Amino acid sequence: MKPAKPPQEQGEGLRQAMSWLHTWAGLVLGWVLFAMFLTGTLAFFRPEITHWMQPEAPARQAPMPAAQAAELAQRYLAGHAPDATRWFIDLPSPREPQLGLLYQVPKPAPGERGFKRVKLDPATGQEVHARQTRGGDFLYRFHFELEMGFPWGRWLASIAGMFMLVAILSGIITHKKIFKDFFTFRPAKGGQRAWMDGHNVLSVLGLPFHLMITFSGLVIFMAMLLPAGISAAYDTPRAFTNDMFPAFAQPKAGPGQAPLMPLGRFVEQAEAQWQGGHAGRMVVSNPGREGAVVSVGREASERVSYGRVAPSMQFDGVNGTLLARHDSASAAMVTTGTVIGLHLGLFAEPLLRWLYFAVSLAGTAMVGTGLALWVAKRRQKAGAAAQQAFSLRLVDALNAGSIAGLCVALAVYFWANRLLPAELAGRSAWETRAFFIAWGLTFLYAFARRARMWPDLLALAAGLALALPVLNAATTARHLGVSLPAGDWVMAGFDLTALASGVLLAWMAHKARKPRAQPAARPARARAAALQTR
Amino acid sequence: MKPDPGAGLARYRWAVASRVAAAAFGGYALASATAACLAVWLPMARVDAVVTAMLLAFAVYAIGVTWVFATRNAWRAWGGMLGPAALLAALCWAGRSAGLA
Repeated sequence: MKPAKPPQEQGEGLRQAMSWLHTWAGLVLGWVLFAMFLTGTLAFFRPEITHWMQPEAPARQAPMPAAQAAELAQRYLAGHAPDATRWFIDLPSPREPQLGLLYQVPKPAPGERGFKRVKLDPATGQEVHARQTRGGDFLYRFHFELEMGFPWGRWLASIAGMFMLVAILSGIITHKKIFKDFFTFRPAKGGQRAWMDGHNVLSVLGLPFHLMITFSGLVIFMAMLLPAGISAAYDTPRAFTNDMFPAFAQPKAGPGQAPLMPLGRFVEQAEAQWQGGHAGRMVVSNPGREGAVVSVGREASERVSYGRVAPSMQFDGVNGTLLARHDSASAAMVTTGTVIGLHLGLFAEPLLRWLYFAVSLAGTAMVGTGLALWVAKRRQKAGAAAQQAFSLRLVDALNAGSIAGLCVALAVYFWANRLLPAELAGRSAWETRAFFIAWGLTFLYAFARRARMWPDLLALAAGLALALPVLNAATTARHLGVSLPAGDWVMAGFDLTALASGVLLAWMAHKARKPRAQPAARPARARAAALQTR
Repeated sequence: MKPDPGAGLARYRWAVASRVAAAAFGGYALASATAACLAVWLPMARVDAVVTAMLLAFAVYAIGVTWVFATRNAWRAWGGMLGPAALLAALCWAGRSAGLA
């Protein structure tokens, strides 16, 4: 235990304690955090990644007017799901020009899911037939569920988020020269100094973002994580949900059949009242029955604040009267919605979206350099003797597997998407299986060949990423030679980002290949010892 | 936190384990009590009070955990978490009994 310090030494004692906390809070779930950061960074481009992974789907076009699209959806759903209790219609938007339909199956067969999802091409009104893939959704869900069952993955991700928050707070307190160190980068010094300077720059550069993204990630799951507040004020969780999402309660169906009015008029009516705002998601409850209710929600990307409460209108689906209108949420709701909206970044237009991507990538590198620093610091401190220490070997191998190995696994996921036969049964499951098998193999390699793991795994990831556009050209007709002249920025953007990632990974592999800088002399070691509490 | 050369390593390890538990479970108790108390007492619509309380409780949790490792010893760490938590829980109960929520 830390001995009691006299008052004048409190400041230094605090910094030491915070340094300890920062080191261990960062390490314990650092590998999970790295994976969450990297997949979350990619998930800012979720629809674009899905689009690249379904090259058969039509290229992005200007979205069809919402009212027209709503009636197209109505025709399809009336034919395919007349008995569904609810239809969910995602109207075309610039980022997702297809019509997304989801309907509740009244009595699902055993083993069948209660919801069915379909994508329609607005140009033809037909279902989009593309290869089966989870696309960007896999990265998005892995980011907060870690491919574990509900609710375990969400809990683990949230606990990791809490560790991150504590690591950020203790990191700030530890860091007395936060401004000066921002301009300090001494790569030539090698070893611990270079890693620490890099870690500092990456952390301070994006500090507001890192704090925001970590805190808001926890807020998204607040009802699951901190139910005490709800149970103190409400008798049942249900009562809270009904207050929180008033537009979401399922209305009662009447006894008889009644024709549903054309959905286009509801869209037009809502958009007219929003004065230039666009309709995003529609929910039709009890279609074709008495008591049908049509809810029109405003497009999520049109404001920062995100929430199911935010602007929506409910209409009687049979006679067309406006039943309710939810516009101005309370200050508390807008605050919460803004915190969540900042995390999701749906409002971000292309330039801001790329900024999100860049800062989030810096956050990923912050976690990665922090993990590497843990090893570099101990290696430098104890010299040759520590090279063989079990804890050092273990952490180093886990680092290589979870940092370089994840990059390999992500590249393999995209390779599998192009190489697996389109008609393979359970195709999308095989894509994610390829991801996990590749990732597992990189861990095996890291433990088997410790001396070569960093350069080898990084070089492999670099090679796979650099070859992705070539693979795309070999397997589809939408490669860079076509997508660039056509201005197809979704396809071209993915290929170019793969190339840029490949170059970055190749540079890292090259750096890792160099012989490790040895601690120069005694003075350097003494300084390292003096700095170890940082 | 560095081992005190005077004290045994085992003792140091137990003290660290105790603080980790104080941070994780004591901190969670404090955050929950904060959320419950504020949800009852904040002068807002009920749902707004609940949501505001939860937002603030996360900040309390993070700062509480940090404080646990900054304070002098593990006993103070536990006291600093559970004392305020008990007080806030009592306030929450008082508010509920008074018909605030």
